[in-house]
Amino acid sequence: MTLSLLFQHIVNALSLGSLYALIAIGYTMVYGILRLINFAHGDVFMLGAYVAFYMMTLLSLPWWVALLVAIVFTAFFGIGLERVAYRPLRDSPRISIMISAIAASFLLESLAVLIFGGRPKGVPVPDVLSRVIHFGSVSMIVISLIIPLFTFALLAVLLWIVNKTKTGMAMRAVSTDIEAARLMAVDVNKVVSFTFGIGSLLAAFGGIMWSFKYPQLNPLMGVMPGLKCFIAAVIGGIGSISGAVLGGFLLGIIEIMTVAFLPTLSGYRDAFAFILLIVVLLVKPTGLLGKRQAEKV
Amino acid sequence: MDTANQKKTIALPRNRLYSIIAIAAFVVFAFIADRFFDAFTLRVFNLCAIYIVLALSLNLLNGFTGLFSLGHAGFMAVGAYVSALLTMSPQLKEMNYFLVPIVPWLHNVTLPFLPALIIAGLVSAFVGFLIGAPVLRLRDDYLAIATLGFGEIIRVLITNAQSITNGAQGLKGLPRFSTTFAVWAVAGLTILFMVLLMRSSYGRAMKAVRDDELAAEAMGINVFRVKVTAFTVSSFWAGVGGALLGHMITTIDPKMFTFALTFNILLIVVLGGIGSISGSVISAVVVTILMEALRFLDEPMNLIVFKTEGMPGLRMVVFSILLMVMIIYRQKGLMGNAEFSWDMLGGLFVKKGRKGGDHV
Repeated sequence: MTLSLLFQHIVNALSLGSLYALIAIGYTMVYGILRLINFAHGDVFMLGAYVAFYMMTLLSLPWWVALLVAIVFTAFFGIGLERVAYRPLRDSPRISIMISAIAASFLLESLAVLIFGGRPKGVPVPDVLSRVIHFGSVSMIVISLIIPLFTFALLAVLLWIVNKTKTGMAMRAVSTDIEAARLMAVDVNKVVSFTFGIGSLLAAFGGIMWSFKYPQLNPLMGVMPGLKCFIAAVIGGIGSISGAVLGGFLLGIIEIMTVAFLPTLSGYRDAFAFILLIVVLLVKPTGLLGKRQAEKV
Repeated sequence: MDTANQKKTIALPRNRLYSIIAIAAFVVFAFIADRFFDAFTLRVFNLCAIYIVLALSLNLLNGFTGLFSLGHAGFMAVGAYVSALLTMSPQLKEMNYFLVPIVPWLHNVTLPFLPALIIAGLVSAFVGFLIGAPVLRLRDDYLAIATLGFGEIIRVLITNAQSITNGAQGLKGLPRFSTTFAVWAVAGLTILFMVLLMRSSYGRAMKAVRDDELAAEAMGINVFRVKVTAFTVSSFWAGVGGALLGHMITTIDPKMFTFALTFNILLIVVLGGIGSISGSVISAVVVTILMEALRFLDEPMNLIVFKTEGMPGLRMVVFSILLMVMIIYRQKGLMGNAEFSWDMLGGLFVKKGRKGGDHV
């Protein structure tokens, strides 16, 4: 393997890892606050990509306008989803709310088949993003470089919101103890909506970037990334944002590198994440950066 | 108290008589169905039996032991493949394995249906045991995602083990062993097994674990062992159900056993009532019939007022909404965790009668 090829793999791994990280953040934030695996998160990711696609093709908007519109739309969609499918069940057993999440996920997928059609769609990738640039003998597509950059920028903003603003403080309070937060006059519903909004926004951004990097859309495109990113969140320590990012990058790097160095195993690509998950859960159930929580009796 | 007890002792033989009559009527119905139903209807009828087996095996975990497992499709795949490989003739195998030849030790194996079905269940149970031992240390949603993961891993393994499973091409031309008699006999056996299990001390231990793990442990129940047992037994029936499904459809491939299949079974269990055997049975029949009856939704429609072109996906939209509405507004499902009894059916009519009386 030449050095330039290795470098290319590294860039690929970083951009895939960034995409995973973007989605994993949504899982980890929702889980941190509601203790809920938002099974529909992967489908929100798919929705973002589709909305941007239709903005670009049907309304022929420039790609960055389409991107913004799709992100805002998806964020509100996420808020609506929580209100319809999860809020009525907030005090129910966790199994019930999880079943509702699974149902929501299937609903979105089958609605996508119904409305967008089951056949895969080719995405018109904007020229700016699909250009190939050369650094000496290393050549790469602009999009692969842009994804990590944007991810880090968004991450910085997110960490600022969570750690420095009042809303962020409310989020941390709800995540620590939902009852105590309510007693401290934190509007829990508002915080939950805000969390879903941010999570969906990041997922939409991830979905659109994904569709620029792997330019094909289909209604089930969110399933695998969704599962893997939940796993990334668990590996990093669910509830922790930096943990989700770490897990996302770890997963992306392991996946790309294994396929690159051990091509015979590439058929098992989708199984890596699950094997990693089970190993982590058995060895360190709290994840790499997670805090230990006492079992409440 | 006294009068209630007396009533029960008098009512019992009559109820048993009702049950015997009902079962006999059903057997007669099954014979008539087998003889006179057209191919499609009969297939739906038999599919009901297979889904009863699958729903009960998932309910054993989700409903009775409180383990939320989402890896059912994986165990079904194991069962379906084992049974298929054991029953297909060498010629048939040669026709299927045109890309990579089958491993020699499987090439000449041809067993009759019953031993193959039992082995399929046992292999699936063994896989369940292997997976369960580590995974069952997890709880709630972690367990759900880990079992989902194992389901996917099984599928990926089947896709890649070309010389054993024929990989993504799948297997075609499985012998049609899933006759009306076979599937309903297995379904009856599963129901009987579940009822007896739930009355035994094992079943009570499972329910205790579901209701309160700590309390169960304090009462001297080996929680972990109970969980592993439930998981293994559930995998056994999932494997049997998968094998029956394979021999009914006669074509299997890894894509068949995705999470969507688990979703269907979960739907049945939730609608019927998590933790109710009769609920699962009724719901399996209703959902299976609905699934087939609503197929028209996916096809072009010609309602006098408006015409629609084919709308693939609409059927699953309906089912997802149904599940969501059910879990939000009636979490207990159809039966809650109660069981069907003749007294309950009688109670239904009596209550109605009384209400009418009050109005006068």
